[in-house]
Parts: sequence; structure tokens; C-alpha cells
Amino acid sequence: MPHTKRRRLVTTVVAVSLGATALAACGSSDDSKADSGPVNLTFWSWAPGMDKVVDLWNRGQGKKDQITVTFKKQASGDTLVTKILTAHKAKSGPDLVQAEYQALPTLVSNGAVADIAKEIGDARSDFADGVWQQVTLGTDAVYAVPQDIGPMMFYYRADLFKKYGLTVPTTWDEFAGTARALKKKAPDVDLTTFSANDSGLFAGLAQQAGAKWWTTSGDKWKVAIDDAATQKVARFWGGLVKEGAIDNQPMYTPAWNKALDTGKQIAWVSAVWAPGTLTTAAPDTKGKWAMAPLPQWSASENVTGSWGGSSTAVTTDSKHQAAAAEFAAWLNTDGDALNALAKESGIYPAATNAQTSGAFTSPPEYFSNQADFYTEAAKIAKTTAPSAWGPNVNVAYTSFNDAFGAAAKNKSDFVTALRTMQDATVADMKKQGFEVSR
Amino acid sequence: MTSSRSRKPYGVKGAPYGFLLPATLLFALFFVLPIGYAVWLSFRKVHVSGLGLGAGARREVWAGLENYTQALGDNEFYDGALRVLGYGCIVVPVMLGLALLFALMLDSERVRLAPFTRLAIFLPYAIPGVVAALLWGFLYLPDVSPFYFVLDRLGLPQPDLLDGGPLYLALSNIAVWGGTGFNMIVIYTSLRSIPAEVYEAAKLDGATPLQVALRIKIPMVAPSLVLTFFFSIIATLQVFNEPTTLKPLTNSVSTTWSPLMKVYVDAFGKGDIYSAAAEATLIAVATLVLSFGFLRAANRRSKQEAAQ
Repeated sequence: MPHTKRRRLVTTVVAVSLGATALAACGSSDDSKADSGPVNLTFWSWAPGMDKVVDLWNRGQGKKDQITVTFKKQASGDTLVTKILTAHKAKSGPDLVQAEYQALPTLVSNGAVADIAKEIGDARSDFADGVWQQVTLGTDAVYAVPQDIGPMMFYYRADLFKKYGLTVPTTWDEFAGTARALKKKAPDVDLTTFSANDSGLFAGLAQQAGAKWWTTSGDKWKVAIDDAATQKVARFWGGLVKEGAIDNQPMYTPAWNKALDTGKQIAWVSAVWAPGTLTTAAPDTKGKWAMAPLPQWSASENVTGSWGGSSTAVTTDSKHQAAAAEFAAWLNTDGDALNALAKESGIYPAATNAQTSGAFTSPPEYFSNQADFYTEAAKIAKTTAPSAWGPNVNVAYTSFNDAFGAAAKNKSDFVTALRTMQDATVADMKKQGFEVSR
Repeated sequence: MTSSRSRKPYGVKGAPYGFLLPATLLFALFFVLPIGYAVWLSFRKVHVSGLGLGAGARREVWAGLENYTQALGDNEFYDGALRVLGYGCIVVPVMLGLALLFALMLDSERVRLAPFTRLAIFLPYAIPGVVAALLWGFLYLPDVSPFYFVLDRLGLPQPDLLDGGPLYLALSNIAVWGGTGFNMIVIYTSLRSIPAEVYEAAKLDGATPLQVALRIKIPMVAPSLVLTFFFSIIATLQVFNEPTTLKPLTNSVSTTWSPLMKVYVDAFGKGDIYSAAAEATLIAVATLVLSFGFLRAANRRSKQEAAQ
């Protein structure tokens, strides 16, 4: 049978947590003393090249302070959140974890990450308010140190825009007009696609429109995934898909790569990390792309959303929270560390000063034609709208994948899909016992 | 002397238990305990108080049958089961039919290059399911598939294999491609063990090769067919690799396409291991009932036949 390996999933699902429980007894055996003498920390992260950055610490600052960090490479996204929560249940978690901003409320709600407000000193001054708010969740606590951010931008094929006589859209109305104009000139070519396989993109677009999906008042959560702002975004993209002005196929597929590389799709609403993705997805069109600010909902506005970005958090299981917080602060505020992160991991730093220094004084290689790439990016980053994450973003995101995937496929009403997403999210929170108001 | 005499009865009595101990221990540790824990979890749930942000705001509490009623009341779970049923209705007959046909052909006297052919048919089974699904997934995508390139050049229609009805064919094709070889080997092995005198008798009676195949070979390998059918049902109920691998390529495969995918997404996507445990238990029970129900029915029939 080709699927015999899956036969044991029934038990595997549980074996994972069971194994973790069994490990509880022997896990994290380091030393239970206070922070004196040499300290060993474990760090879970998915950033490529992080081992080299950690090396930098172990040879420099870490050696001085007798704090050695061991890096363990992980899978990214929701998989890691589940792994952290499982490890936390077994009280055998690592000392430090990389966490996406939208996962922080889930981790905090599960008691997996520690409040390090006292330990991180003056790190706050290195970050913009909007970024900092994401790691405090609007409270007095500090649950992580911001690492990278993903302000959203508009990427387009400069040469093909010229060829088809298109102008770069500055508002979403113009964006729709551009898509239609292109369809008229070249029916085989799409401006872009609406992809339902990465919820972060849609969340960022809603954030730009002013949506606040999760907010609190008193002891109650308010879930407003289907608020007016998000409905506007859903209706806009649903309309474009329905009239066939843009494609409806998912991104990150071999077909999508080919479409970008051959000029079948000539623009991409993305974030600051796009050059890395384009380098592998569309290698043949290097130097032909350009970046512009995200189109706006009204010409007088200047805001963007964020897509992606992560932070470094200290776990409640760590026996050396102060030492761990010191490393987290160093990793994300120290000039050398940020330079190494930019070079080895290719991240766009959350620390404001680092955005225009060191590695970011010259454009990414893929955008060598746009000399002011990072100057522009830093300007755009400043316009990032505040975000509002809740304790079950993962549920909302999963629901998005299915509801919007089906809506994009059937070219049906996106607002209905949005309501499905809202209902699934509220139902899950109620099931868990959260007090939810609408 | 006295000491050995007094020890002996004890040793004899204890020996069987001693021998049983390792197996029992392993069985308990790695089978009974995890399953028991899964069932235990399926009756639990998380309860959050307030905003759920403070320490200790999240407790595990007794849920009773809530997870089960929720799973059984979830249309997506049934829809998933129906999709898998549709998929199974294509995979099982086609895969076993082909396996039987290939086995009979390999077993016939006039076959050439038998060892090579056998290996060639078996080889896809050696390819990991995920790799196979990825490979086929690329071939199904119109923009990168050489098939579509050829169809395009010949001016033939190009069906969308990743949507609607053809999606089932596309998924089944991966399973058939990967599973036929294994089932063929099982059937072929039992064909080879049929005594030669049976064939000789058939030949003396003037049976044609086709008659030999239909009247002698197929009835005599019936137990193998039952076995492969049994395996195939289980594999079908637990389909996961193929749809999961194709999911990123198309909007048509949801994260809860098959029941097992729903278990996975509940446990690892939504972080709700309690619902996932309840669903897993339900799938396990359904699998047991269906597969053993089939085995009993098959056994009863063969017993009746033997009695006649």
C-alpha cells in the first residue's frame, strides 16, 4: 500500500503528546540553579543561516557572559507553534523560540512564553510603536523581542508595464482598472492572482484597510473578521476574480513560478521579503521587476499592511529567563547581529535603525535596477497599520484556506466566505470557553 | 540438593510469565497506552477563563461526549467520508483488477521478460507516497506538464485534472500507480504456489488458457484477493498523502478533504488535539468495523463453499 505509513496516524497524533509527557521527567535537565555560572540555552528557529548568527554570539558576547546558545532548526509557521505547545505541555520546551507575531497570543494564552519586560532593558527604543505593540499585545507585559517585519508592497514587471502601456496603480480602483486594461490588451496575461493558500496576505490587506480582527474589552474578546473594512477587501478581490480580471490559482506552485518567470502574471502584491521569493520563483526576470508602495483605498491615505514577520520569545519553561532575554535583545538590536541576520538569514529587521544601515544600504541583488529599494522600503515600513491578533489565528487561517479556496475556485461571493471564517473563529473561541462579543 | 528442589517449582511456574514479560511490556507501552491516552484525550477539552492571557487561564477539563457529538454533527467530516468513498470506488476495483490481470499474465506460459516486467510493475511501490504525489502533481499542472504540451500541440482538449470529477481520477491514478505492483506480487506469489498437477489435470481435460485462468487460477488465489482487498480498504480509509501533497497546487482540495486530513488539521493546524483524538477514534472504529466486517463475510462465504 502506498499509504501504509499513514496507518498509525491515529496513534501518532497522540503518541506525540504522550511521548512528550514521558519526556517531561527527563527533559530540560540542565541545572536548576539561578543565573550564575555558565548557562546553556536552546533556541528553536526556522531562519536559514541562524546557526552562523548564533555562532557570532557564542564567540563574542556569549563567551564573555558565559551564555552558550544552541540553535535547533525547525519547520516554520503553525507546525512550530504546535510543537512549542506540545513541548510546553511536557515542560521540556527550549529556552528561546522564534514566533510569528500572529502566533504570540496563542502562545501567551497557553502560558508558553514568558513576560520579559523586566529583563530586556531599553530594547523598546529600537522599534517603531506599531511593531512593539505586537509583542506586548497591548498590555504592560513584553512577550518577545521583534525580529523581522514584512511591510507590504506592490511588485510589478517594469518592462511589461511599459510594453502594455500601463501605469503603476496608486489606489485599489486604479489597480482594478489596470487589471481590466491588461486583460483587454493581452487576454492571456493576468495582472496577478488571488491566492487562497496564504492567509497572511489577506490578513495584511485587511489590516491596511483598517480591519481589527481581534480586540478586547474588559474580559471579553471581540472578533470582527467580517467587519466593514475586511468586507470591502473581500468584495474587491472577489469582484476581480468573478469578472476574470485576475487569475484565481494559488501561488507558490510550479505553475505560478512559471507564470511569473514568463510574464503570464506581471505583478505581485507582496511584502519586503519578495526579492528572496522572486529570486527562486522567477530567476530569468531578474532586474526587470520594480517595487512601489501598496495601492491605497483612497488617494489621500498612505498606509500598508504587514505580511509575515516574527519575533524571538523566551519560554516559561526556561530556567534562565534573564539570560535568554539578554540573548533575544542582542540578536534583534545589536548592530553586528542584525547585519549577520540580514546577510545569513535574509531577514528585514524590525529594528528601525538597521533598516537603512549595513546590508540595507544597497538594493537586493534581484532589484539591482532600483537603487533606492531599501530607502523606499524603510519609508513604507513606517506607514504600517496597527495589527490586532487574537488567541486562535490558526483557526481563522485554516478556515480562510478552505472557504476562500472554494470561493476563488467557484468564483462565488467572497463575503460569504468571510462570514464562514468569522463564524468558525467565534465558534472555536466559544468552545474553548472564551467570552466573545461581536 | 534441597535448595535446588525448592527453587525448581517456582522457576517452572514463573518462566512463562518471564518470557511473556518483554512482549507484554512493549505491547502495553507502545500500543495500549498511546491508544488509551488518545481515547482519554477524546473525552477532554480545554477551558479558558477570561481573556485567556494570564497564567493558569487555560485548564484541561472533562468534556464527556462533546467532542464525539461535535465530530458526528460536523458535515465536513461526512463530506470527507463521502469523498473518500468515491475515491475508494475508483481505486480499489481498478488497482486490484489490474493487479490480478498483471499477475495472471506474468504467470502464463508464453510470457517473455517476466522478471523485468515484474520489477517494472512493482517499482512504483518503492517510491515514497509523497514523492509519487508530487511527481504526478507536476504532471497534472497544465503550465508545467509535458502531457499538456503534447495535447496542446496536437490541438486536443486539455481537461483540468485538478478540479471536480477529474480530481478523483487524478488522485486515484496516483494510488493505482503506486499500489498495483504490491498487490500484483501478493497475487502472483500465491499463483506460483498452485501445484503443477492441477494444471496438468486441466490440460488433460482440454481446458484453454483462459478457462484455466477463470476456473482454476482465480478461485485458487481467492484468499490472496481477499487479503489484498482488505489491505486496500484500510489504505483507502486512511488516504492522506496524495490529497495533502496536491492541496497546495489547487483550490479544489480543502484542508479537510479526507477524514484523516481533518484529524491532522485539527491537531496540528488548529491545535485542538481533543477533537482530533475523538475523530481519530471514530475513524479507527469505522476502519475496524468495515475491514473486519468484510473479513468475516469473506470467511463465512468460504466456509459455506467448503461445506458444499
